[in-house]
Amino acid sequence: MDFITVTQSLFEGFAITCLIFLLTLVFALPLGLLISFCTMSKIKAIKGVFKVIVWVIRGVPLMLQLFIVYYLPGMLSPTGLNPFGKLDNFFYFNLGIDNGGALLATLIAFVINYAAYFSEIFRGGIESIPRGQYEAGKVLGMTKNQIFKKVVFMQVVKRIVPPMSNEIITLVKDTALARVIGVIEIIKVADMFASKAIIWPLFYTSVFYLVFVGLLTVLFGFIEKKLSYYKV
Amino acid sequence: MAFLEVCDLRKCFGETEVLKGVSFTMEKGEVISVIGSSGNGKTTLLRCLNFLETPDDGTITVGGKRVFPVATEEEKTGGNRLTFGLVFQNFNLFPQYNALRNVTLAMDIKDENELRAAGVKSKERKAILKQRKADNVQTATALLERVGLKDKLLNYPCELSGGQQQRVAIARALALSPDILCFDEPTSALDPELTGEVLKVIKGLIDEDRTIIIVTHEMGFARNVSDKIIFMADGVIEETGTPEEVFDAPKSEKTRAFFAKATEKE
Ligand SMILES: Nc1ncnc2c1ncn2[C@@H]1O[C@H](COP(=O)(O)OP(=O)(O)O)[C@@H](O)[C@H]1O
Ligand SMILES: [Mg+2]
Repeated sequence: MDFITVTQSLFEGFAITCLIFLLTLVFALPLGLLISFCTMSKIKAIKGVFKVIVWVIRGVPLMLQLFIVYYLPGMLSPTGLNPFGKLDNFFYFNLGIDNGGALLATLIAFVINYAAYFSEIFRGGIESIPRGQYEAGKVLGMTKNQIFKKVVFMQVVKRIVPPMSNEIITLVKDTALARVIGVIEIIKVADMFASKAIIWPLFYTSVFYLVFVGLLTVLFGFIEKKLSYYKV
Repeated sequence: MAFLEVCDLRKCFGETEVLKGVSFTMEKGEVISVIGSSGNGKTTLLRCLNFLETPDDGTITVGGKRVFPVATEEEKTGGNRLTFGLVFQNFNLFPQYNALRNVTLAMDIKDENELRAAGVKSKERKAILKQRKADNVQTATALLERVGLKDKLLNYPCELSGGQQQRVAIARALALSPDILCFDEPTSALDPELTGEVLKVIKGLIDEDRTIIIVTHEMGFARNVSDKIIFMADGVIEETGTPEEVFDAPKSEKTRAFFAKATEKE
């Protein structure tokens, strides 16, 4: 098996890795913000429910959550058929993606899981903003929404960049878990070579991760620098 | 009827009764200094006037209009809030904005809220706001020049000294032209050599006949600029009168003890 062919195959797997990464971020960030509001809600019932949800999601292994999301709907349905399995054809014919049902299940599990982690980062950031900032906004006649958008939000962003970058870099590597339910991401591709007794592509995948994480590190460094003109 | 009438204001935090029935009146253009030792409810009084705390009891009337209690949250936030302005002890500037933006932000938002309340359509609103924004920059620039920060317009709070930050905060409060401007120990967080520049700015405002309530430990300043002194002790107004009356011939034992202690410190 020559280097070029392996590289091409790995790139196909890596595209799926990147897809999981990007879509998880796009949906988990806003959902995490929403959850953080719920865990800080003045209404005790909402606060309690969401604290428990965050505890469960952070307390159960992500791999297990993948299994649950992927298999549970099928087990509960009267026909016993996995609804995600039925989506495979749709994904294959429309987007050319194999095992698309599993990919969708992965996205659902990842978005929920990462939103829970992000929500705690947002909560920490929001709660660290001094009360005086809210009060200044209030006496200047701003509404709660306006205070959050115009006064608090950018201060929160600045504070959460370091913990967020950590979590986001972890996400890059967590995508490899998706293979347990059959998503053909980069390690799964390398694994298929390994089953033919070609081991080196497995090690080769680390280059893809390293380059990706390297780029992210540069990006976060850039953002931190961009935000360094003020202190919070 | 006086311009501001505060009647029997009460406020508890849990078990502690912090304001035990505070009443006073004030005319337009008057300057009142509130003095007294720490923990006697001075800040709480200002916070009640600025709707940062909800009093448990009592009334606040401004220009014949009841501002507390009012029937709806709407009335409190809409308009009434901006009857008062507040300058905080520790400035509370917005760190991510430069001095100019700190001043214009609330002006822009006020314009937007007013247009929204008037039911102006989104597209029209944007056009009007664009013009207003430009005007606000002009106004804010003039205000910052007035507090002596002409060359600091584009500096961020972290690049300014405490005295400069407090002057930005004063410009920010002035920008919304409140009827009554409150200061809560505006120089207490400052190094001694920086208090002068801030007091000078406040003195300038007083000379313009603004209506001002100032909580301060600067006795000399209070005496020089005030029309009326309020001495607070233990959640009530222990003594009130002209500076001469209160400083030169205090009637209450507590007032005398407070001054004795204050001079001791100096
Ligand atoms: N939010 C609050 N919760 C509980 N106690 C408070 C709160 N704000 C003020 N107090 C208490 O009220 C008393 C008066 O405080 P304050 O109005 O700040 O006094 P001053 O400004 O005269 O020093 C203090 O004993 C203080 O501990
Ligand atoms: Mg105080």
